[in-house]
Amino acid sequence: MGEIFVLVEHRQGELRDISYEMLWKANALAQELSHSLTAVLLCAKEESFVNEIAERADKVLVVEDARLEGFNADLYKEILLKQIEEHKPFLTLMPQSPWGMDLAPALSVKTGYPLATDCVDILMEDGKPKVLRQIYTGKIFSRVALKDSEGYLLTVRASAFPPDKPEGRSPGEVVKVDAPADLPEARRQFMAFEDTGAGEVDITQADLLVSVGRGVGEADNIETVKELADKMGGLLSCSRPVVDKNWLPKYHQVGTSGKSVKPKVYLAFGISGAFQHVAGITGAGTVIAVNKDKKAPIFRVADYGVVDDMFNVVDAMKEKMG
Amino acid sequence: MNIVVCVKRVPMTQEVDLEIDASKKDVKKDMLAYVLNEWDNYAVEEAIQLKEKTDGTVVAVTIGDEDDEEVLRRCLAMGADRSIRVDPGDQPMDSFVKARILAEVTRGVEYDLVMTGVQSDDSNSGMVGILLAEQLGAPHAAVVTGIEPQDGEVTIKVELEGGMDEVSKLRFPAVLSIQTGINEPRYVSIMGIRKAAKKELNVVPLADLGLSEEDLTPMTTVEEYYFPPETEGAEMIEGDAGTVAETILRIIKEKGVSI
Repeated sequence: MGEIFVLVEHRQGELRDISYEMLWKANALAQELSHSLTAVLLCAKEESFVNEIAERADKVLVVEDARLEGFNADLYKEILLKQIEEHKPFLTLMPQSPWGMDLAPALSVKTGYPLATDCVDILMEDGKPKVLRQIYTGKIFSRVALKDSEGYLLTVRASAFPPDKPEGRSPGEVVKVDAPADLPEARRQFMAFEDTGAGEVDITQADLLVSVGRGVGEADNIETVKELADKMGGLLSCSRPVVDKNWLPKYHQVGTSGKSVKPKVYLAFGISGAFQHVAGITGAGTVIAVNKDKKAPIFRVADYGVVDDMFNVVDAMKEKMG
Repeated sequence: MNIVVCVKRVPMTQEVDLEIDASKKDVKKDMLAYVLNEWDNYAVEEAIQLKEKTDGTVVAVTIGDEDDEEVLRRCLAMGADRSIRVDPGDQPMDSFVKARILAEVTRGVEYDLVMTGVQSDDSNSGMVGILLAEQLGAPHAAVVTGIEPQDGEVTIKVELEGGMDEVSKLRFPAVLSIQTGINEPRYVSIMGIRKAAKKELNVVPLADLGLSEEDLTPMTTVEEYYFPPETEGAEMIEGDAGTVAETILRIIKEKGVSI
């Protein structure tokens, strides 16, 4: 019987959502292939969420070592290499997160296993994995095959799969193993976490968000949108490019690297709808998008759409508000 | 500090209707405008700022045909000292092949840091930088939003999800994949690009790198490109701006927001 590995991601004592999502998909694949599912947890001390993982896997392989306080690509790579050499898992799922992106390619070179990144789905064809990916900022999908190998590495996009617990599974066993005795010294040393999201306004509590994206064009144009937000009693928020260009401080940013928001109404002006942004508005009641590009991905997730220059609509709304 | 920065020329796809070509493995590119990949633009700026602070050289590297030299000239105009284009001919390439090519080129250059963008705007795989790091056996970090070099090591910030950065220290030589927003890339004028025309742009045929057949074998193959399946999508609001504005304001009120 083959084996599927899922490397779970956790931070500061909490299991990340992507871990549940990977386990959900891995369960479906394990069932389809009659493989066993092993969740791999690397940690410094016993973690309270280990039972949550056990409910979703046949086995939880726990490597507990004081050096594993926080993620470290050097250490993770060496430990996983040993486990992969020993177990020869057919598939190893990792998160397409900043940490997963730092680990998976290095592990691929070490193991010689092919890697496909940022997968939004995993299919089995003739006993081999094929993956679906989104390219050109989500405007095109791509089906990708991997070179023949005894094992494959895949990184999974956040929110691609539901975080649900698979039904009718009995909890798996928790197996503790030691870190390799010859674990090399890490070349990267963790120093601190820094909160970058705090600021004057809290966009997570607003009923109405008026959000601007790259389409706002230049810094000076933000003010006119802010006037509309003020007139309506809403808060101004934005997508990543606006923060990258220093047009607004980071605490306005909606998306995976910013805030997840849950307004009753989310007005998206000039936002194309990259998945990192869309992941931050899944809790919004109603999404209204205004964009010049009728093919903008935001229209696939919005409830209402307007194809127009955002300023035509902003000006007209301000006029109606008086 | 000596820095190698790896860059890619990509099509601009915002506000563009992409078409898939007859092979179904690529998009039609003849009508598209091209730019320096956005992440790479930040990486080049960061390399040049570090060079300006610490002395040393910046070498920009790309893999591509003659048209791709346009992004190298831009890098030179921004302040890179010299540039290398590897001409792959008709060699099929995925991220693995590209990383092995870049590793071979980098081995021939003196470097303290290698920088790439986190990902490219077109194929979006986000793995070339770290594949390259492992090929070189160098320490690495992905999604970097801050770099402070000290003696023999560098303090970096890595952007995590949910408004959190991780601060860590890394030994030189290292490979970093650079996130957008790390700096404000400088403006490049046509005149600046003309002036930089004298700087070195070295073309290296792939065959000169002496890579093995195994090195040049892709690990991944695109089977098919297709458009996202139709979803119900948004209900479109039609009409002139005034009518649209009225409709939006009505919807906002209907959803229980008092404005």
